[in-house]
Amino acid sequence: MGTATETDRSGGSNRLDRRLLLERLSSYWLVGAGLFAVALFGLIVLTLVQQSIPIVSEYSLFQMMTSSNWDPAADEFGFLPAIVGTIYVTVLSMAMGTPLAILAAIYIAEYAEGRTKVLVSSFIDVLAAIPSVIFGLVGLIVVVPFVGDYLAPAVGAHSIGLGIVTVSLVMAIIVTPFMISLSVESLEALPDELRESSLGVGATKWETIRTVLLRAAGPGIFSAILLGFGRVFGATIVPAMLIGGQTAIPESPFDAGETLPTLIVNDFGELMSIPLTQSALILVGLMLLVIVWIFNFGAMLVRRRLQRRWQY
Amino acid sequence: MSNDIALRTDDLEVTYTGNREVTAVDGVSTEFAENKLTAIIGPSGCGKSTLLKALNRLHEIQPNAEITGEVYLGDEAIYDTDDPLPEIRRRVGYVPQTPTALPLSIYNNVAYGAKIHGDYSSEELDDLVESYLRKVNLWDEVKDRLDDPGAELSTGQIQRLCLARSLAVEPEVLLCDEVTSALDPISAEQVEETLEDLKEEYTIIMVTHSMDQAKRLADDVIFLYLGELVEANDTRSFFENPKHERTQEFVKGHTAVDYDDEPDEESVTDQQPVATR
Repeated sequence: MGTATETDRSGGSNRLDRRLLLERLSSYWLVGAGLFAVALFGLIVLTLVQQSIPIVSEYSLFQMMTSSNWDPAADEFGFLPAIVGTIYVTVLSMAMGTPLAILAAIYIAEYAEGRTKVLVSSFIDVLAAIPSVIFGLVGLIVVVPFVGDYLAPAVGAHSIGLGIVTVSLVMAIIVTPFMISLSVESLEALPDELRESSLGVGATKWETIRTVLLRAAGPGIFSAILLGFGRVFGATIVPAMLIGGQTAIPESPFDAGETLPTLIVNDFGELMSIPLTQSALILVGLMLLVIVWIFNFGAMLVRRRLQRRWQY
Repeated sequence: MSNDIALRTDDLEVTYTGNREVTAVDGVSTEFAENKLTAIIGPSGCGKSTLLKALNRLHEIQPNAEITGEVYLGDEAIYDTDDPLPEIRRRVGYVPQTPTALPLSIYNNVAYGAKIHGDYSSEELDDLVESYLRKVNLWDEVKDRLDDPGAELSTGQIQRLCLARSLAVEPEVLLCDEVTSALDPISAEQVEETLEDLKEEYTIIMVTHSMDQAKRLADDVIFLYLGELVEANDTRSFFENPKHERTQEFVKGHTAVDYDDEPDEESVTDQQPVATR
């Protein structure tokens, strides 16, 4: 290696200087982009906090969360019906969706093979990519009459078709493919050695899945479920279309009701002109944001903790 | 090889029918002597791991693996049989190349298979866990932390834990897939010592890249090249007096491996350099 040719090729120290400059600059850009994302989140939270100060200074948070009377014209701001509705919808959707999601994920990751696997998992991806408003429309046409004419009478309840159960059914259908995809990912990320180790001592496939794989993929599956939780919790369009917009505490899951997001959407247009109502709705938004953030953050924490324990 | 035969293959052929068809094991007929350690050696990607897994049908978890021929465990066929697969795999245990702790406590890693196959009282289980941890020389290192996750041990310890887990279901044959290749030299030595002790009682079949390891540990050696069995002999004759030209080259360290023909299935995990070079 002659030193002469080396200097010729590199074009002297200029070239190196330029490369190093670019290197330094690119790190600034990238840090900047990252900080921008954080700043955006901070800005949103700050705006919401600042805008919800008027209502909080007027009424106590506790009072608003426990009052069931929502009548902005009469200066009554009770969130309780929306809170109850949101909890109903979230719990019912997750109770229906989670077991199905886990079983389907096990099927796809461990049992399905070849073409069937490709077919099933691509269908699930397609389902996950359908805009929620489409589910809302199909829900109106199919699920509303189903609940109103068959399901509610079958369990001896009365329903107009629109209501919490209807929303929960549709939300379960929406959120399940999402949870399946994430769970399949965490099952498939497990090393084959785990399967071989368990099968190699004579465990059956099901014993391997139940004792070893579900546990090893547990962090991923658990965070998939929590992310699903956050999705149902913040869902807006489907509840707005199907819940029936009732500002009273629902007596049964078959009743119409409201959720925190539908409270915002329904009153957004007409009542934003009243400053205190606007502030109240923004407070609802803040609550939503905080709770969804807690779910996502919790998902991350649990995942880390479990991962550290079992190292998968 | 005058001893009793624990395991025998008859014209065993494993083909992966993926995007491109690869015959990983090509018509292998051989015997594995009882209570001896047989090493399967050969260059990377020559079908060693596939052959090993075919001995307890573990290759079947890969999609697209097709097999012809037969493996006999004693006198019983393991492919053409009514015996349930888990029972075959209990009798022919398997330890993977990568030290793998199940997501369970150290205690339950050892007790895992035993709990599945039998009803043990908790005292019996305690005894069983202790005896197998002693057998793999791990007891003294872990006796105070049996409830900790298995994954917290060092890789060398995990590999011995894997051996204990496999032995705890009382297999007749133990398949070891390059069990020391992922370990540091000291851990590898400990695992080798353990294997040395174990071969008194068990039939061990071990895939290895290391000729030195085969020389140190094995009673018999089988040499595979591109899926075909080239030579099988007792270790001494194999290394001192290799009959086949290809074996002579390999033993000398001049392996003329045509890497273009390497089957995909093994190339990722199997790339450690051959130790004799």
